[in-house]
Amino acid sequence: MATINLTLKVWRQKGQKDKGRLETLPAPGISTDMSFLEMLDVVNERLTLEGKEPVAFDHDCREGICGMCGAMVNGLAHGPERGTTLCQLHMRHFRDGDTLMIEPWRARAFKVVKDLVVDRSAFDKIIAAGGYVSASTGGAQDANAIPVPMETAEEAMDAAQCIGCGACVASCPNASAMLFMSAKVSHLALMPQGRPEAARRVLAMLRAADACGFGNCSNERECEAKCPKEIKITHIARMNREYMKAVFGSARE
Amino acid sequence: MKLESHAPGGPIETRWSRHKNQIKLVNPANKRKYDIIVVGTGLAGGSAAASLAELGYNVKAFCIQDSPRRAHSIAAQGGINAAKNYPNDGDSVWRLFYDTVKGGDFRARESNVYRLAEISTAIIDHCVAQGIPFARDYGGLLANRSFGGAQVSRTFYARGQTGQQLLLCCYQGMMRQVAAGKVTMFPRREMLDLVIVDGKARGIVARNLVTGELERHAGHAVVLATGGYGNVFYLSTNAMASNVTAAWRCHKRGALFANPCYTQIHPTCIPVSGGHQSKLTLMSESLRNDGRVWVPKKQGDTRAAADIPEDERDYYLERKYPSFGNLVPRDVASRNAKQVCDEGRGVGATGLAVYLDFRDAIQRDGRATIERKYGNLFAMYEKITADDPYTTPMMIYPAIHYTMGGLWVDYNLMSTIPGLFVLGEANFSDHGANRLGASALMQGLADGYFVIPYTIGGYLAGTALPQVSLEHAAFKDAESGAKEQTRRLLAIQGRRTVDDIHRALGRLLWDNCGMGRNDQGLQEVLQKVPELRDEFWKNALVPGGADDFNQSLEKAGRVADFLEFAGLMAKDALTRRESCGGHFNEAFQTEENEALRDDENFCHVAAWEYKGPDAEPERHVEPLVFENVTLAQRSYK
Ligand SMILES: Cc1cc2nc3c(=O)[nH]c(=O)nc-3n(C[C@H](O)[C@H](O)[C@H](O)COP(=O)(O)OP(=O)(O)OC[C@H]3O[C@@H](n4cnc5c(N)ncnc54)[C@H](O)[C@@H]3O)c2cc1C
Ligand code: FES
Repeated sequence: MATINLTLKVWRQKGQKDKGRLETLPAPGISTDMSFLEMLDVVNERLTLEGKEPVAFDHDCREGICGMCGAMVNGLAHGPERGTTLCQLHMRHFRDGDTLMIEPWRARAFKVVKDLVVDRSAFDKIIAAGGYVSASTGGAQDANAIPVPMETAEEAMDAAQCIGCGACVASCPNASAMLFMSAKVSHLALMPQGRPEAARRVLAMLRAADACGFGNCSNERECEAKCPKEIKITHIARMNREYMKAVFGSARE
Repeated sequence: MKLESHAPGGPIETRWSRHKNQIKLVNPANKRKYDIIVVGTGLAGGSAAASLAELGYNVKAFCIQDSPRRAHSIAAQGGINAAKNYPNDGDSVWRLFYDTVKGGDFRARESNVYRLAEISTAIIDHCVAQGIPFARDYGGLLANRSFGGAQVSRTFYARGQTGQQLLLCCYQGMMRQVAAGKVTMFPRREMLDLVIVDGKARGIVARNLVTGELERHAGHAVVLATGGYGNVFYLSTNAMASNVTAAWRCHKRGALFANPCYTQIHPTCIPVSGGHQSKLTLMSESLRNDGRVWVPKKQGDTRAAADIPEDERDYYLERKYPSFGNLVPRDVASRNAKQVCDEGRGVGATGLAVYLDFRDAIQRDGRATIERKYGNLFAMYEKITADDPYTTPMMIYPAIHYTMGGLWVDYNLMSTIPGLFVLGEANFSDHGANRLGASALMQGLADGYFVIPYTIGGYLAGTALPQVSLEHAAFKDAESGAKEQTRRLLAIQGRRTVDDIHRALGRLLWDNCGMGRNDQGLQEVLQKVPELRDEFWKNALVPGGADDFNQSLEKAGRVADFLEFAGLMAKDALTRRESCGGHFNEAFQTEENEALRDDENFCHVAAWEYKGPDAEPERHVEPLVFENVTLAQRSYK
């Protein structure tokens, strides 16, 4: 088992009101089989035994699906690997002697809760504004009543697999939530069950995102490059089309 | 105590509809006068919260994560069962019912299982109506696959992310109700106690995980959907925050805990790589549809897989179980993997792994087909292990995955505490001693979408529930108990980290209360758990303060409860003098090493009553009556 020695420069911030600062923490003897979060576990065990407070970071599934984890590693959301969440990033991608700068997502709409933990409740607000199909439990017809072309379902699934981690916002120079939002708009606009509300949905979600303080899209494509689920910005294009249809009234079908 | 299941009698096919017809209804105008507390927003809690709010109840929903969209349910990969019989391959409600009862080794309640199978089809209808992009065939109709030991194709899926799509669907339904003002969401909260007034569940005490503040919440009923306790083993496929705390605190308040020894080991997980390992990753068992499981015939064969010729490979599942082959149920597949590794035929650096090989499937169907079916799983495997499963066989080993045991509930999903309902993995109800693949998602959603909306009404309509004040002594008492526990945890200031003690507990249980159990090992657990508990309360080191975002404190509270719960699990295992499903006591096995039940003496649910910190818990039984299926020795030959 190979091991490497690293130096971490980690953002430490007690709470929202604290200003925060970078702290240098050595991370010696890290096995290259570890995940990034397991590396942080090891550092935290040591801090704990030294009577210091461990680094706070969000995580839960540790298999790249819950969207809970995430931090900027050397300026890159979820670190250097493509299509990878921080929990799925393995230490074999780093070299002995590396210094890693680890910081929380930064965006006007995401306030730091503590250290690497941020408040992403703005995403929930966007979904609450319209990211659903208004079909209450109990009234559904048979599941096979409406055929959906395989390609359409697959394309919807490409969008629907967004994990809501916030890397797109953190990577965007404007801290825009367009990729996140478009993933939901696109998923539901593609599925026939989502069509009846398509116009209302896109307008309401865009309004909510503005109210939360997310920025606009200026086609930087950083979001797409850092999305751990590799969600494409073509969904933003589809959202824009849905928006145009909604504004000009043709989406009310 | 007599455990009354309240399951209706008569023909099993009509029990649920007759029951529904007899349940009292709450007048629509009155529904808005009721506050329902839903703890946990995974599939079970999320679907319950959405559906109850749609009916007009005021729902207060709680979860540990920063958003309900992140509950552990999100990680489910393989799929969800439903008796739709779309493939025309002979499936039916009856067959799903029968398979579930048999798969559970005849240790589940017939009425509940039948209802589950009956409801299964409505779940798929609802989920499709919500826009879930399930996999489809070229004609645009829904695709099905066979899964985890079923001989029909009844599993619906959305790539390898079925749990994600189902959970996001519940979450969106909930958020719609948040916007409508019918659900109030309390994320980053941990329930620490149940509040009982006049013998009924009337509220909870929860810790705000950001500020550390203890909050009191009152309601007319409490719905607990807090998931399973697999993390008692430290290493499991569960999410890191999965815990027994909420269920255990309810248990201490009087809810009986049923069958805690029924734990499920999943056969296809990525093997442990070292001491730093924090959790185990599941490789969906849908992989067993196309992958072939094998080990070398020779002991200690260290050749690379590709260098081992065909006639020196032992496809042991195909050899021993010709009709089910690689698709035998989980417990059987897991035990066989352990057995070949115990024989010294395991592979990989630790010898604790077997191969899952796609070579033949790729040759037969082409790489593109395999990629479409399993691409994301293969990518995940490669990310973790740096091996490419398209060219070298995967290595897998069993791991703790699911817990069939849980709080005892009746047919209405109500625990032994009136007004406390328990849903999803947190209850014990439908899977007996072993759960079939793709049935947990089905159960969680059945409970939340289609059972609780009816049964809770019956309770509310038929019960006098005067307003309770947050200043009631029961609230004060629960809050001061929670505060005292926090104070004690922070005051230990010992020298060992909580993780370190948890790791020791996990090791002890995995070795002695895991895949293979025996009396001596279980006795050892019973002796060592109290020692570890002592060690914890004397020597644990919990940094930080009470009034802060303190993840070490959260973890310590959960481990403290695991340390109490572990004793009950071993005691339950030791008391059940038989093997069944996931509970395999080596003393009770057939000549073919299958679990040997004792239907004469153990055809019952064991439900434990808490009697105080230093008292022995009391074991109650609910006899299981089988009127519709004949008890048989499971055979997958
Ligand atoms: C890797 C993996 C893959 C799986 N794949 C499948 C599959 O393909 N098919 C299938 O049928 N099943 C599968 N399962 C099983 C299935 O996912 C789970 O059994 C099911 O999702 C549990 O749902 P739940 O709603 O009961 O609980 P969970 O999803 O565990 O939700 C628990 C909720 O309770 C909250 N909570 C817990 N404790 C507290 C507390 N003290 N206070 C406040 N909130 C609390 C949590 O925050 C969370 O919201 C899989 C399981 C795993 C681990
Ligand atoms: S911890 Fe769930 S995505 Fe990383």
